[in-house]
Amino acid sequence: MTESTHTTCESLLGSLSEYIDGELGAELCREIEKHIAECENCRIVVDTTRRTVDLVHASNRSESGLPEDVRDRLFKRLNLDDYLKSSRE
Amino acid sequence: MLEIKNEFSLEALRAGDRSEFARLVDAYSSPIYRLGLRMLGREQDAEDVLQNTFIQAFTHIAKFEGRSSLSTWLYRIAVNEALMLLRRERPEISIEAASSDDQDEIAPTLFVDWGALPEEELLSAEGKKALDKAIQNLPETLRMVFSLRDIQDLSIKETAETLGLTETTIKTRLLRARLSLREQLSTYYGERLKPEKTND
Repeated sequence: MTESTHTTCESLLGSLSEYIDGELGAELCREIEKHIAECENCRIVVDTTRRTVDLVHASNRSESGLPEDVRDRLFKRLNLDDYLKSSRE
Repeated sequence: MLEIKNEFSLEALRAGDRSEFARLVDAYSSPIYRLGLRMLGREQDAEDVLQNTFIQAFTHIAKFEGRSSLSTWLYRIAVNEALMLLRRERPEISIEAASSDDQDEIAPTLFVDWGALPEEELLSAEGKKALDKAIQNLPETLRMVFSLRDIQDLSIKETAETLGLTETTIKTRLLRARLSLREQLSTYYGERLKPEKTND
């Protein structure tokens, strides 16, 4: 973060999550984009934070569902054994 | 919110319809197990959270008034069950109170430009392991918010309702969690990018 744009860097940080999530108004987005075009460190923070969130989503999508043995024990614990087979099909 | 396509009959659930309850269990068991795994880090604990959540839900569904959505209600039970397990090891843990996790310095300190690394490297087995470790390193107060918002895909409002916190607190903790993960991944990828620089 640069010394000369310290306040802007700080305010960017406050809006970072909403910016990444696409929940920020158009004007504030333009201000952030103008700032990161001039501030390399903030550009890196925005890019790598966005990438971090994307990675979490991608990693989550690639995870397999509930392990079969965990599901079996859950249904038995809940006395739902008779639905174990039918709901699996 | 994580999309659960099935709709459930509250009337049937309240009346103790086991078939409807089995459908509910099948729809939500996977996200609740994953939530437990993220919050507690151990498969056995995640399974305990999963089983206890549905036992509680089954016991109390007749009193569920529908003021929140069914999923928010289930996640709230799961979070409470996870907290109970966490408190066995660390009784002082509290999600409600403002903690030092809300006030610590969050300004980024590492500016490693790893965002353009190819996805196959970022999502390699080793990369995923680094990500999982970084999530487990988050303080519990941040990990809970992060797990609900960025892993379970709940909105800020739903996360706030689930944890009984204000939306402002959720936003603050979410930002801190994301910045902490970014910082940890910057350390990890910074180390991996170093050899390339020295070879220039």
